[in-house]
Amino acid sequence: MTIVNYDPRLVKSKNPYPKGPNDWKRFFSFNTDAKVIGIQYIVTALFFLLIGGLLAMLIRGELITPPSDLFDPTVYNGLYTMHGTIMLFLFLFPILSGLTNLLVPPMIGAPDMAFPKLNALAFWLVPVFSIILLLSFFVPGGPASSGWWSYPPISIQNPLGQIINGEMLWIIAISLSGISSIIGAVNFVTTIIRMRAPGMGFFKMPIFIWTVLAAQLLQLLGLPALTGGAIMLFFDLTFGTSFFRIEGGGDPVLFQHFFWFYSHPAVYVMVLPVFGIFSELFPVYSRKPLFGYKFVAVASFGITILSLVVWVHHMFYTGTPMWMRNLFMFTTMLIAVPTGVKVFAWIATLWGGNIRLTTPMLFCLGGLFNFIFGGITGVMLATVPVDIHVGNTYFVVAHFHYIIFNTIAFGIFAAIYHWFPKFTGRMFYEGLGKVHFALTFIGATLNWLPLHWAGLLGMPRRVASYDPEFAIWNVLASIGAFILGVASIPFILNMVSSWVRGKSAPPNPWKAIGLEWLLPSPPPHENFEEDIPTVLNEPYCYGLDKPFVEDEQFYIEKSLKKH
Amino acid sequence: MNTKIRRIKKSGFSKTFIIIIAVILNIGLSLLMGYWSYSWLPIQASEAAHYVDNLFAFETTIGTFIFLGCTGTMAWILVFNRAPKYDESNGEPLEGNLKLEIIWTIVPLLLVLGISTYSTRVNYKLENLGSKIKYDYGAEVPFVDEKKVFDYGPIDVISRQWNWEFVYPNGIHSSELHLPVDKKSNFRLITEDVIHSFYVPAFRLKQDIIPGSVITYSLTPTKEGVFRLRDAMFSGAYFSENQTNVIVESEEIFYKWIKETVKKELQNGLNPAGNLYQKRLRNGNRGWATVKPAPDPKVNDAGIESRPHDS
Repeated sequence: MTIVNYDPRLVKSKNPYPKGPNDWKRFFSFNTDAKVIGIQYIVTALFFLLIGGLLAMLIRGELITPPSDLFDPTVYNGLYTMHGTIMLFLFLFPILSGLTNLLVPPMIGAPDMAFPKLNALAFWLVPVFSIILLLSFFVPGGPASSGWWSYPPISIQNPLGQIINGEMLWIIAISLSGISSIIGAVNFVTTIIRMRAPGMGFFKMPIFIWTVLAAQLLQLLGLPALTGGAIMLFFDLTFGTSFFRIEGGGDPVLFQHFFWFYSHPAVYVMVLPVFGIFSELFPVYSRKPLFGYKFVAVASFGITILSLVVWVHHMFYTGTPMWMRNLFMFTTMLIAVPTGVKVFAWIATLWGGNIRLTTPMLFCLGGLFNFIFGGITGVMLATVPVDIHVGNTYFVVAHFHYIIFNTIAFGIFAAIYHWFPKFTGRMFYEGLGKVHFALTFIGATLNWLPLHWAGLLGMPRRVASYDPEFAIWNVLASIGAFILGVASIPFILNMVSSWVRGKSAPPNPWKAIGLEWLLPSPPPHENFEEDIPTVLNEPYCYGLDKPFVEDEQFYIEKSLKKH
Repeated sequence: MNTKIRRIKKSGFSKTFIIIIAVILNIGLSLLMGYWSYSWLPIQASEAAHYVDNLFAFETTIGTFIFLGCTGTMAWILVFNRAPKYDESNGEPLEGNLKLEIIWTIVPLLLVLGISTYSTRVNYKLENLGSKIKYDYGAEVPFVDEKKVFDYGPIDVISRQWNWEFVYPNGIHSSELHLPVDKKSNFRLITEDVIHSFYVPAFRLKQDIIPGSVITYSLTPTKEGVFRLRDAMFSGAYFSENQTNVIVESEEIFYKWIKETVKKELQNGLNPAGNLYQKRLRNGNRGWATVKPAPDPKVNDAGIESRPHDS
């Protein structure tokens, strides 16, 4: 087993925020501490979850009745475009970067990220492009309104003919988001490869680290295509070039290839860390080792590799020739195999365990339940003849919300609750957490389950008005969406009040195995400081009597001492 | 810990029995869901529809089996494996089981390969998509010589922001698409501005229409009636209004319609988006920017906007 050493000077670096590590102002500074950056990311992202959720409720308000009566359709188009963009680029990507920042260094025993300044830069790009994106609401003509795909020619029509328009700001924001993610990815990959604690070979890493590595490599491989495509789109829009304009011999379908080459894997970039979260939490709350650790670890890379060769399944009806449709149907279907391996492993982990239904566990179980459903509708969408009927209908909307909210956001909530005591040093209120879970699960199910039927009956996505036969499904969905809005209240209450005056948290409240649980809550600035633990065994050895690190007792005692 | 060991030892016959009952129940429910799944879909009005529906029902059956299998197991665990309050002891320390892991890799692999092969065969049966030919901007839309046999056509399907126009081989223009039942009709799909999508849910068929290309497409309606044609690719402000009707008629009525329509003068066709835009202008042009809707199409048969549809 290789032992990875890193530069000891890193450990001795000065505290980046001179006024003492616990000054609240550190969250508003160019702080290079990964734990501060992590919280900066998470809080910013949760703020945008509220904005994106507000837009979602406006959308569902319009769709609760068949005619377009709440907004002008142009306004509706802008709202749903911004809803998708904000949820993906301002909520999901940043919040996952936040969790990754919080968890990676302590989980691998590193004092910080490999490139702390780049890390801070990657974060501070988020408010910059967020403000650019939000400003687009106020430019003449309104924000981008061609959907988050921004397919040309619709995206480059620029009806008012102004240089500065919503679409242009949108492209700039997305490109900056891409740059931020690439910087983040370089940082995460380097940190994981170079800065693991002694003894932590690849097959002793926690699964979360495996999935982060798989996801961030995917960012590095895929993002250049999207960012390149976005720059070409910018040129077509602003300078009248013809990459995608037919007037100059360009081809609009080319953009779809650039877009989906990244944007399909992007879903895996988001879902892989959530698979990691599931793999971390199920063993803790069922008191059992993760079933088939090595298999689950390797399956992450199976997903990474396959996800790079499936993008054409978004283009089954764009005129793609038969052989290509069939080929991409096979590759897409194959993703079900490594994903299935993970699902079965989680269920086997639960089997015969000692299940504790805490808030994080409830979110994990709910997320897994929804993911099995969303995975099955995903296989349906992968089959060409079914996709030709339900593609671009509400069936797809329902499917991807089952993945992106009912699985990914559930996993994120689970992670927030699970690691909240570790990084804030406070316990949250279990009762409020359970209310949050119940409202979220009911709201999410009511919101997206009925929409599958609207799609099967042929209701296209992105419509501002629809034929009356789809009304019943939409009324149910809108009620669900409003319940989801209400669900944010106990969550916000819980987070704010627990952080301010919650019970102080012990180092390891869940009796979990993992390097981060050997640290005090909250961990000191440089995590293990000079006493980096030596890892002996695989993680998750619940009930196996195999110590995770050498001298475990030393770290437990140290973590109990108040620093 | 003790109770757990007892539970495992007890297993034997009763455990196998429960599993068999559960599997039978699951198979029954899955078949029922597969049977129900037909009712979730619109009327079957084309040759493609029953292939698509059969495939969907097949996937629903298998999907239900997997879903209930997994979530049923989860429910079982939640009922029988809950830790009593304050019990923080560990569960059985199972680290894995190679045989089981190989099974749950191979079985899904075979399953998805099977479904893909089945779908591939359906694809070859349907063969709706003809050729896609690019042409220069501003040039005449090229005539595509289809080698394939079809009974009627080609009908030009012209999509715009935001109306549809259909041009028949004898030169008549219509706002609604009239088709003869049980005849394979051929189309040339054309767009004058952005990407649109030719989608008729009752036919289970959808084809994007790409600027700068002409795509040939054929399909056989199998049921008389009125079906909605919806633009399924977002095309801007009045995208949701970009719908019209497909009217499938007996051959006799269809040819009668052709004969009568040819005598009609050109008039303004359906253009609901244009009307909404005029309303917006009257109300002070509030809202965010949009391109102007295309003018009313000039057609021989203006169609009826509020015609009741079967699906």
